[in-house]
Amino acid sequence: MDVMNIVSAVVVLAVMGAVFGLILAVASKVFEVKKDPREEEILSHLAGANCGGCGFAGCGACAAAIVEGKAPVTACAPAGAENAAAIAAIMGMEAPSGERKVAFVRCNGGVHAGKRFEYRGVQDCIGASKVAAGPLDCSFGCFGLGSCVSACQFGAMSIGPNGSAVVDPEKCTDCGACMKACPRKLIVEVPASAKVHVACANLDKGKAAMSVCSSSCIGCGLCQKECRKDAIHVVNGVAVIDYAKCVGCKLCTKVCPRDAILPIATAEEKEKYKAVKKAQAEKAAAAAKAAAEKAAAEAPKAEG
Amino acid sequence: MSSGLINIFSIALGAILANNFIFSQFLGICPFLGVSKKLDTALGMGVAVTFVMGLASAVCYAVNEFILVKFNLEYMQTVAFILVIASLVQFIEMFLQKSMPALYTALGIYLPLITTNCAVLGVVLLNVQNNYNFIDSLVYGITGGLGFLLAIVLFAGVRERNVFADCPKCFEGFPIALVTAGLMALSFMGFSGLSVFG
Repeated sequence: MDVMNIVSAVVVLAVMGAVFGLILAVASKVFEVKKDPREEEILSHLAGANCGGCGFAGCGACAAAIVEGKAPVTACAPAGAENAAAIAAIMGMEAPSGERKVAFVRCNGGVHAGKRFEYRGVQDCIGASKVAAGPLDCSFGCFGLGSCVSACQFGAMSIGPNGSAVVDPEKCTDCGACMKACPRKLIVEVPASAKVHVACANLDKGKAAMSVCSSSCIGCGLCQKECRKDAIHVVNGVAVIDYAKCVGCKLCTKVCPRDAILPIATAEEKEKYKAVKKAQAEKAAAAAKAAAEKAAAEAPKAEG
Repeated sequence: MSSGLINIFSIALGAILANNFIFSQFLGICPFLGVSKKLDTALGMGVAVTFVMGLASAVCYAVNEFILVKFNLEYMQTVAFILVIASLVQFIEMFLQKSMPALYTALGIYLPLITTNCAVLGVVLLNVQNNYNFIDSLVYGITGGLGFLLAIVLFAGVRERNVFADCPKCFEGFPIALVTAGLMALSFMGFSGLSVFG
Protein backbone atom coordinates (compact mmCIF):
# COMPACT_ATOMS: atom_id res chain seq x y z
CA MET A 1 0.00 0.00 0.00
CA ASP A 2 2.00 2.90 -1.34
CA VAL A 3 -0.59 5.53 -0.54
CA MET A 4 -0.86 4.33 3.05
CA ASN A 5 2.91 4.64 3.38
CA ILE A 6 2.83 8.27 2.31
CA VAL A 7 -0.12 9.03 4.53
CA SER A 8 1.39 7.34 7.56
CA ALA A 9 4.72 9.15 7.05
CA VAL A 10 2.99 12.50 6.82
CA VAL A 11 0.76 11.79 9.79
CA VAL A 12 3.54 10.46 12.01
CA LEU A 13 5.85 13.38 11.28
CA ALA A 14 3.05 15.90 11.63
CA VAL A 15 2.12 14.44 14.99
CA MET A 16 5.74 14.45 16.10
CA GLY A 17 6.11 18.06 15.01
CA ALA A 18 2.90 19.02 16.77
CA VAL A 19 3.94 17.26 19.97
CA PHE A 20 7.38 18.87 20.02
CA GLY A 21 5.81 22.22 19.23
CA LEU A 22 3.38 21.77 22.10
CA ILE A 23 6.19 20.79 24.47
CA LEU A 24 8.17 23.88 23.46
CA ALA A 25 5.12 26.11 23.83
CA VAL A 26 4.49 24.76 27.32
CA ALA A 27 8.19 24.98 28.18
CA SER A 28 8.35 28.58 27.06
CA LYS A 29 5.59 29.37 29.56
CA VAL A 30 6.96 27.19 32.35
CA PHE A 31 10.56 28.34 31.96
CA GLU A 32 9.70 31.92 31.17
CA VAL A 33 12.32 34.39 32.33
CA LYS A 34 11.13 37.92 32.84
CA LYS A 35 12.99 40.23 30.53
CA ASP A 36 13.11 43.95 30.47
CA PRO A 37 10.39 44.84 27.89
CA ARG A 38 12.67 47.55 26.54
CA GLU A 39 15.06 44.84 25.40
CA GLU A 40 12.53 43.48 22.90
CA GLU A 41 11.71 46.95 21.66
CA ILE A 42 15.36 47.84 21.19
CA LEU A 43 15.98 44.53 19.47
CA SER A 44 13.40 45.44 16.85
CA HIS A 45 15.38 48.59 16.06
CA LEU A 46 18.73 46.83 15.66
CA ALA A 47 19.95 45.60 12.31
CA GLY A 48 19.15 41.99 13.23
CA ALA A 49 22.05 40.57 11.25
CA ASN A 50 23.93 39.25 14.32
CA CYS A 51 27.06 40.61 12.68
CA GLY A 52 28.90 41.16 15.95
CA GLY A 53 30.16 44.54 14.79
CA CYS A 54 29.15 46.08 18.11
CA GLY A 55 31.43 43.70 20.00
CA PHE A 56 28.61 41.71 21.61
CA ALA A 57 27.55 38.14 20.85
CA GLY A 58 24.66 38.96 18.54
CA CYS A 59 21.87 41.52 18.50
CA GLY A 60 20.16 40.13 21.62
CA ALA A 61 23.28 40.63 23.72
CA CYS A 62 23.70 44.13 22.29
CA ALA A 63 20.11 45.03 23.20
CA ALA A 64 20.67 43.72 26.73
CA ALA A 65 23.86 45.79 27.01
CA ILE A 66 22.05 48.93 25.85
CA VAL A 67 19.34 48.41 28.45
CA GLU A 68 21.98 47.94 31.14
CA GLY A 69 23.69 51.09 29.95
CA LYS A 70 26.86 49.22 29.04
CA ALA A 71 26.56 50.15 25.37
CA PRO A 72 25.68 53.50 23.80
CA VAL A 73 22.36 53.85 21.97
CA THR A 74 24.41 54.20 18.80
CA ALA A 75 26.12 50.83 19.35
CA CYS A 76 24.57 49.35 16.21
CA ALA A 77 26.22 51.14 13.32
CA PRO A 78 24.37 49.26 10.53
CA ALA A 79 20.99 50.27 11.98
CA GLY A 80 21.72 53.91 11.19
CA ALA A 81 20.88 57.21 12.83
CA GLU A 82 17.11 56.80 12.56
CA ASN A 83 17.06 53.63 14.61
CA ALA A 84 19.59 55.06 17.06
CA ALA A 85 17.16 57.92 17.67
CA ALA A 86 14.33 55.42 18.19
CA ILE A 87 16.44 53.46 20.69
CA ALA A 88 17.33 56.69 22.46
CA ALA A 89 13.60 57.44 22.75
CA ILE A 90 12.99 53.99 24.26
CA MET A 91 15.77 54.55 26.75
CA GLY A 92 14.38 57.99 27.58
CA MET A 93 17.44 59.80 26.33
CA GLU A 94 17.83 62.64 23.90
CA ALA A 95 18.43 61.68 20.33
CA PRO A 96 22.11 61.79 19.46
CA SER A 97 22.96 64.87 17.45
CA GLY A 98 23.33 64.36 13.76
CA GLU A 99 26.69 66.14 13.63
CA ARG A 100 29.43 63.74 12.61
CA LYS A 101 32.50 63.83 14.80
CA VAL A 102 36.04 62.78 14.07
CA ALA A 103 39.21 62.27 16.03
CA PHE A 104 41.90 64.94 16.08
CA VAL A 105 45.49 64.74 17.34
CA ARG A 106 46.34 67.73 19.51
CA CYS A 107 50.00 67.82 18.55
CA ASN A 108 51.82 68.90 15.44
CA GLY A 109 55.23 68.74 17.05
CA GLY A 110 56.97 65.82 15.41
CA VAL A 111 60.32 67.00 14.09
CA HIS A 112 59.78 70.46 15.62
CA ALA A 113 59.90 68.99 19.09
CA GLY A 114 63.25 68.63 20.86
CA LYS A 115 64.42 65.16 21.91
CA ARG A 116 66.08 64.39 25.21
CA PHE A 117 67.44 61.04 24.03
CA GLU A 118 67.20 58.59 21.18
CA TYR A 119 64.57 55.94 21.96
CA ARG A 120 65.40 52.58 20.43
CA GLY A 121 63.07 50.29 22.36
CA VAL A 122 59.83 48.65 21.31
CA GLN A 123 58.24 50.86 18.65
CA ASP A 124 55.17 51.61 20.70
CA CYS A 125 54.05 54.81 22.39
CA ILE A 126 53.17 53.20 25.72
CA GLY A 127 56.59 51.51 25.77
CA ALA A 128 58.31 54.80 24.98
CA SER A 129 56.35 56.66 27.65
CA LYS A 130 57.65 54.21 30.28
CA VAL A 131 61.32 54.98 29.57
CA ALA A 132 62.25 58.05 31.63
CA ALA A 133 58.84 59.61 30.80
CA GLY A 134 59.48 59.43 27.07
CA PRO A 135 62.12 60.72 24.67
CA LEU A 136 60.53 64.13 24.02
CA ASP A 137 61.46 67.37 25.73
CA CYS A 138 57.79 68.22 25.66
CA SER A 139 55.90 66.28 28.28
CA PHE A 140 52.64 66.65 26.34
CA GLY A 141 53.66 65.84 22.77
CA CYS A 142 53.08 62.98 20.34
CA PHE A 143 55.84 60.34 20.20
CA GLY A 144 54.93 59.44 16.63
CA LEU A 145 55.46 55.71 17.22
CA GLY A 146 51.98 54.90 15.98
CA SER A 147 50.12 53.11 18.78
CA CYS A 148 47.04 54.94 17.52
CA VAL A 149 47.79 53.90 13.93
CA SER A 150 47.74 50.22 14.86
CA ALA A 151 44.66 50.74 17.04
CA CYS A 152 42.69 52.19 14.12
CA GLN A 153 40.71 49.55 12.26
CA PHE A 154 39.63 51.90 9.51
CA GLY A 155 43.01 53.01 8.18
CA ALA A 156 42.23 56.57 9.20
CA MET A 157 45.36 57.19 11.26
CA SER A 158 48.87 57.65 9.99
CA ILE A 159 52.13 59.25 11.03
CA GLY A 160 52.20 62.57 9.21
CA PRO A 161 55.08 64.01 7.18
CA ASN A 162 56.52 65.81 10.18
CA GLY A 163 56.46 62.80 12.49
CA SER A 164 53.36 63.20 14.58
CA ALA A 165 50.10 61.27 14.14
CA VAL A 166 47.37 62.66 11.90
CA VAL A 167 43.76 61.61 11.33
CA ASP A 168 42.12 61.28 7.93
CA PRO A 169 38.69 62.78 8.71
CA GLU A 170 37.18 61.12 5.64
CA LYS A 171 37.90 57.63 6.97
CA CYS A 172 37.48 58.30 10.69
CA THR A 173 34.37 56.79 12.27
CA ASP A 174 34.93 58.28 15.72
CA CYS A 175 35.12 54.82 17.29
CA GLY A 176 37.49 56.07 19.99
CA ALA A 177 40.06 53.28 19.69
CA CYS A 178 42.94 55.73 19.09
CA MET A 179 41.89 57.88 22.04
CA LYS A 180 42.26 54.87 24.31
CA ALA A 181 45.56 53.83 22.73
CA CYS A 182 47.31 57.19 23.15
CA PRO A 183 49.27 57.22 26.43
CA ARG A 184 49.35 61.02 26.37
CA LYS A 185 45.61 61.41 25.77
CA LEU A 186 46.30 63.70 22.84
CA ILE A 187 43.46 62.53 20.65
CA VAL A 188 40.12 64.25 21.11
CA GLU A 189 36.74 64.30 19.44
CA VAL A 190 36.00 67.32 17.23
CA PRO A 191 33.12 68.12 14.87
CA ALA A 192 33.91 66.94 11.33
CA SER A 193 32.85 70.37 10.05
CA ALA A 194 35.39 72.27 12.17
CA LYS A 195 37.87 74.20 10.03
CA VAL A 196 40.52 75.22 12.55
CA HIS A 197 42.16 73.21 15.33
CA VAL A 198 44.72 73.97 17.98
CA ALA A 199 47.38 71.34 17.40
CA CYS A 200 49.11 71.60 20.75
CA ALA A 201 48.30 70.35 24.21
CA ASN A 202 51.21 71.89 26.09
CA LEU A 203 49.91 73.45 29.29
CA ASP A 204 53.17 75.23 30.07
CA LYS A 205 53.36 78.95 29.49
CA GLY A 206 55.76 81.22 27.66
CA LYS A 207 59.38 80.17 27.72
CA ALA A 208 58.78 76.73 29.17
CA ALA A 209 56.58 75.81 26.23
CA MET A 210 58.70 77.72 23.75
CA SER A 211 61.95 75.95 24.57
CA VAL A 212 60.71 72.38 24.04
CA CYS A 213 59.11 72.69 20.61
CA SER A 214 59.07 75.23 17.80
CA SER A 215 55.35 74.79 17.13
CA SER A 216 54.01 74.83 20.66
CA CYS A 217 51.21 77.00 21.98
CA ILE A 218 52.74 79.36 24.53
CA GLY A 219 49.45 80.78 25.73
CA CYS A 220 50.24 84.31 24.47
CA GLY A 221 46.59 85.07 23.83
CA LEU A 222 47.01 86.80 20.44
CA CYS A 223 44.39 84.50 18.92
CA GLN A 224 41.99 85.29 21.74
CA LYS A 225 42.35 89.02 21.05
CA GLU A 226 42.02 88.55 17.33
CA CYS A 227 38.91 86.38 17.35
CA ARG A 228 35.77 88.34 16.43
CA LYS A 229 33.40 85.60 17.60
CA ASP A 230 34.83 85.03 21.08
CA ALA A 231 35.46 81.43 20.05
CA ILE A 232 39.09 80.88 21.13
CA HIS A 233 40.41 81.23 24.65
CA VAL A 234 43.62 80.45 26.46
CA VAL A 235 42.67 77.94 29.14
CA ASN A 236 45.37 76.61 31.49
CA GLY A 237 48.10 77.87 29.20
CA VAL A 238 46.85 76.47 25.93
CA ALA A 239 44.43 77.87 23.35
CA VAL A 240 41.09 76.05 23.15
CA ILE A 241 38.50 76.53 20.42
CA ASP A 242 34.80 76.65 21.24
CA TYR A 243 33.43 74.88 18.18
CA ALA A 244 29.90 76.10 18.87
CA LYS A 245 31.06 79.66 18.22
CA CYS A 246 33.88 79.20 15.70
CA VAL A 247 32.92 80.14 12.15
CA GLY A 248 36.20 79.06 10.58
CA CYS A 249 37.43 82.51 9.49
CA LYS A 250 41.03 81.41 10.18
CA LEU A 251 42.07 84.82 11.59
CA CYS A 252 43.63 83.06 14.56
CA THR A 253 45.86 80.97 12.30
CA LYS A 254 47.22 84.18 10.77
CA VAL A 255 48.17 85.83 14.01
CA CYS A 256 49.58 82.76 15.79
CA PRO A 257 53.31 83.39 16.18
CA ARG A 258 53.98 79.68 16.78
CA ASP A 259 52.01 78.11 13.91
CA ALA A 260 50.20 76.02 16.51
CA ILE A 261 46.77 76.46 14.96
CA LEU A 262 45.90 74.28 11.97
CA PRO A 263 45.68 74.85 9.06
CA ILE A 264 48.99 76.72 9.32
CA ALA A 265 48.83 80.05 7.53
CA THR A 266 51.62 80.57 4.99
CA ALA A 267 54.11 83.43 5.45
CA GLU A 268 52.50 85.14 2.47
CA GLU A 269 49.06 85.05 4.06
CA LYS A 270 50.48 86.32 7.31
CA GLU A 271 52.24 89.22 5.59
CA LYS A 272 49.11 90.07 3.68
CA TYR A 273 47.03 90.05 6.84
CA LYS A 274 49.65 92.14 8.63
CA ALA A 275 49.58 94.67 5.78
CA VAL A 276 45.79 94.77 5.83
CA LYS A 277 45.82 95.26 9.58
CA LYS A 278 48.47 97.95 9.34
CA ALA A 279 46.46 99.79 6.69
CA GLN A 280 43.35 99.49 8.82
CA ALA A 281 45.22 100.77 11.87
CA GLU A 282 46.62 103.71 9.90
CA LYS A 283 43.22 104.52 8.56
CA ALA A 284 41.73 104.37 12.02
CA ALA A 285 44.53 106.49 13.45
CA ALA A 286 44.09 109.03 10.66
CA ALA A 287 40.36 109.12 11.23
CA ALA A 288 40.88 109.58 14.94
CA LYS A 289 43.41 112.32 14.32
CA ALA A 290 41.05 114.07 11.89
CA ALA A 291 38.24 113.83 14.38
CA ALA A 292 40.43 115.23 17.12
CA GLU A 293 41.57 118.11 14.89
CA LYS A 294 38.02 118.82 13.88
CA ALA A 295 36.96 118.84 17.50
CA ALA A 296 39.88 121.14 18.37
CA ALA A 297 38.99 123.45 15.50
CA GLU A 298 35.37 123.60 16.50
CA ALA A 299 36.04 124.13 20.17
CA PRO A 300 37.34 127.75 20.00
CA LYS A 301 34.49 128.70 17.65
CA ALA A 302 31.97 127.61 20.19
CA GLU A 303 33.74 129.68 22.79
CA GLY A 304 33.85 132.68 20.52
CA MET B 1 29.52 -8.53 30.92
CA SER B 2 33.18 -8.00 30.38
CA SER B 3 32.72 -8.22 26.63
CA GLY B 4 30.05 -5.53 26.95
CA LEU B 5 32.45 -3.31 28.84
CA ILE B 6 35.16 -3.89 26.27
CA ASN B 7 32.66 -3.08 23.56
CA ILE B 8 31.82 0.22 25.24
CA PHE B 9 35.49 0.98 25.74
CA SER B 10 36.24 0.36 22.08
CA ILE B 11 33.34 2.62 21.05
CA ALA B 12 34.69 5.35 23.30
CA LEU B 13 38.25 4.99 22.06
CA GLY B 14 37.07 5.05 18.46
CA ALA B 15 34.87 8.10 18.95
CA ILE B 16 37.49 10.15 20.79
CA LEU B 17 40.66 9.26 18.91
CA ALA B 18 40.62 6.82 16.01
CA ASN B 19 37.39 7.95 14.36
CA ASN B 20 37.35 11.48 15.72
CA PHE B 21 34.28 13.29 14.40
CA ILE B 22 36.26 16.22 13.09
CA PHE B 23 39.57 14.79 12.03
CA SER B 24 38.50 11.56 10.43
CA GLN B 25 34.78 11.89 9.71
CA PHE B 26 34.79 15.61 8.86
CA LEU B 27 31.55 16.33 10.68
CA GLY B 28 30.95 19.56 12.56
CA ILE B 29 33.60 21.47 10.65
CA CYS B 30 31.75 24.80 10.68
CA PRO B 31 31.76 25.36 14.45
CA PHE B 32 35.23 23.82 14.54
CA LEU B 33 36.56 26.58 12.28
CA GLY B 34 34.17 29.30 13.38
CA VAL B 35 34.46 29.23 17.17
CA SER B 36 38.09 28.23 17.61
CA LYS B 37 39.71 31.65 17.74
CA LYS B 38 39.84 31.73 21.52
CA LEU B 39 40.52 28.89 23.91
CA ASP B 40 37.72 29.65 26.36
CA THR B 41 35.00 30.05 23.75
CA ALA B 42 36.21 26.83 22.10
CA LEU B 43 35.91 25.10 25.46
CA GLY B 44 32.36 26.44 25.89
CA MET B 45 31.37 25.24 22.43
CA GLY B 46 32.93 21.83 23.02
CA VAL B 47 31.12 21.33 26.31
CA ALA B 48 27.81 22.44 24.79
CA VAL B 49 28.24 20.06 21.85
CA THR B 50 29.11 17.14 24.15
CA PHE B 51 26.03 17.84 26.22
CA VAL B 52 23.69 18.04 23.22
CA MET B 53 25.23 15.04 21.44
CA GLY B 54 24.72 12.83 24.48
CA LEU B 55 21.12 13.94 24.96
CA ALA B 56 20.31 13.77 21.25
CA SER B 57 21.66 10.21 21.06
CA ALA B 58 19.40 9.11 23.89
CA VAL B 59 16.27 10.85 22.63
CA CYS B 60 16.78 9.90 18.99
CA TYR B 61 17.35 6.28 19.96
CA ALA B 62 13.94 6.30 21.62
CA VAL B 63 12.29 8.06 18.70
CA ASN B 64 13.80 5.62 16.23
CA GLU B 65 13.01 2.52 18.25
CA PHE B 66 9.49 3.36 19.37
CA ILE B 67 8.13 5.49 16.53
CA LEU B 68 10.01 5.13 13.27
CA VAL B 69 10.63 1.37 13.38
CA LYS B 70 7.09 0.72 14.53
CA PHE B 71 5.56 2.59 11.60
CA ASN B 72 8.16 1.28 9.10
CA LEU B 73 9.41 4.81 8.55
CA GLU B 74 13.16 4.22 8.86
CA TYR B 75 13.70 6.10 5.62
CA MET B 76 12.44 9.26 7.33
CA GLN B 77 15.23 9.15 9.92
CA THR B 78 17.06 12.26 8.71
CA VAL B 79 13.96 14.46 8.74
CA ALA B 80 12.71 13.10 12.04
CA PHE B 81 16.10 13.48 13.73
CA ILE B 82 16.50 17.06 12.56
CA LEU B 83 13.09 17.79 14.06
CA VAL B 84 14.07 16.13 17.32
CA ILE B 85 17.46 17.86 17.57
CA ALA B 86 16.08 21.32 16.77
CA SER B 87 13.35 21.11 19.38
CA LEU B 88 15.68 19.47 21.89
CA VAL B 89 18.18 22.30 21.62
CA GLN B 90 15.40 24.87 21.95
CA PHE B 91 14.08 23.08 25.01
CA ILE B 92 17.50 22.83 26.62
CA GLU B 93 18.04 26.52 26.01
CA MET B 94 14.81 27.48 27.74
CA PHE B 95 15.43 25.04 30.57
CA LEU B 96 18.95 26.33 31.20
CA GLN B 97 17.86 29.96 31.04
CA LYS B 98 15.39 29.36 33.82
CA SER B 99 17.12 26.90 36.08
CA MET B 100 20.85 27.35 35.41
CA PRO B 101 21.38 30.95 34.30
CA ALA B 102 25.12 30.70 34.98
CA LEU B 103 25.57 27.80 32.58
CA TYR B 104 23.23 29.51 30.12
CA THR B 105 25.34 32.66 29.98
CA ALA B 106 28.52 30.56 29.80
CA LEU B 107 27.27 28.65 26.76
CA GLY B 108 25.69 31.81 25.40
CA ILE B 109 25.23 31.94 21.67
CA TYR B 110 26.82 28.52 21.09
CA LEU B 111 23.78 26.63 22.29
CA PRO B 112 21.39 27.71 19.48
CA LEU B 113 24.25 27.35 17.01
CA ILE B 114 24.43 23.64 17.75
CA THR B 115 21.07 23.12 16.02
CA THR B 116 22.91 23.34 12.73
CA ASN B 117 25.90 21.28 13.82
CA CYS B 118 26.14 18.30 11.50
CA ALA B 119 28.14 16.31 14.08
CA VAL B 120 24.98 16.04 16.18
CA LEU B 121 22.91 14.76 13.29
CA GLY B 122 25.84 12.59 12.26
CA VAL B 123 26.12 10.86 15.61
CA VAL B 124 22.45 9.89 15.77
CA LEU B 125 22.45 8.62 12.18
CA LEU B 126 25.63 6.62 12.83
CA ASN B 127 24.03 5.14 15.95
CA VAL B 128 21.28 3.71 13.79
CA GLN B 129 23.66 2.61 11.02
CA ASN B 130 25.86 0.74 13.50
CA ASN B 131 22.85 -0.92 15.18
CA TYR B 132 23.89 0.37 18.61
CA ASN B 133 21.64 -0.34 21.57
CA PHE B 134 20.61 2.37 24.02
CA ILE B 135 23.77 2.23 26.18
CA ASP B 136 26.05 2.07 23.14
CA SER B 137 24.26 5.04 21.56
CA LEU B 138 24.59 7.11 24.70
CA VAL B 139 28.29 6.25 25.03
CA TYR B 140 28.93 6.97 21.38
CA GLY B 141 27.12 10.32 21.64
CA ILE B 142 28.97 11.49 24.74
CA THR B 143 32.40 10.26 23.68
CA GLY B 144 31.88 11.63 20.18
CA GLY B 145 31.22 14.99 21.84
CA LEU B 146 34.35 14.57 23.95
CA GLY B 147 36.30 13.90 20.75
CA PHE B 148 34.89 17.14 19.33
CA LEU B 149 35.85 18.94 22.56
CA LEU B 150 39.39 17.58 22.37
CA ALA B 151 39.76 18.55 18.73
CA ILE B 152 38.40 22.09 19.06
CA VAL B 153 40.37 22.86 22.23
CA LEU B 154 43.65 21.62 20.72
CA PHE B 155 42.94 23.53 17.54
CA ALA B 156 42.07 26.74 19.41
CA GLY B 157 45.33 26.46 21.35
CA VAL B 158 47.29 26.19 18.10
CA ARG B 159 45.35 29.04 16.52
CA GLU B 160 45.98 31.34 19.47
CA ARG B 161 49.70 30.83 18.92
CA ASN B 162 49.34 31.04 15.16
CA VAL B 163 48.30 34.67 15.48
CA PHE B 164 51.83 35.53 16.59
CA ALA B 165 53.51 33.45 13.92
CA ASP B 166 55.27 35.28 11.14
CA CYS B 167 53.53 33.78 8.12
CA PRO B 168 53.14 35.17 4.58
CA LYS B 169 50.48 37.84 4.25
CA CYS B 170 48.33 35.75 1.91
CA PHE B 171 48.16 32.93 4.49
CA GLU B 172 47.22 35.10 7.45
CA GLY B 173 44.04 34.23 9.30
CA PHE B 174 41.76 31.65 7.76
CA PRO B 175 44.09 30.01 5.21
CA ILE B 176 46.71 29.15 7.82
CA ALA B 177 43.92 27.86 10.08
CA LEU B 178 42.84 25.47 7.34
CA VAL B 179 46.44 24.31 6.84
CA THR B 180 46.69 23.78 10.59
CA ALA B 181 43.47 21.78 10.63
CA GLY B 182 44.80 19.60 7.82
CA LEU B 183 48.04 18.92 9.67
CA MET B 184 46.14 18.06 12.86
CA ALA B 185 43.91 15.67 10.90
CA LEU B 186 47.06 14.03 9.55
CA SER B 187 48.47 13.63 13.03
CA PHE B 188 45.19 12.10 14.22
CA MET B 189 45.60 9.53 11.44
CA GLY B 190 48.24 8.07 13.74
CA PHE B 191 45.45 6.80 15.99
CA SER B 192 43.77 4.85 13.21
CA GLY B 193 45.68 1.69 14.11
CA LEU B 194 44.29 1.72 17.64
CA SER B 195 41.78 -0.98 18.48
CA VAL B 196 40.67 -2.93 21.51
CA PHE B 197 40.88 -6.67 21.29
CA GLY B 198 38.40 -8.47 23.43
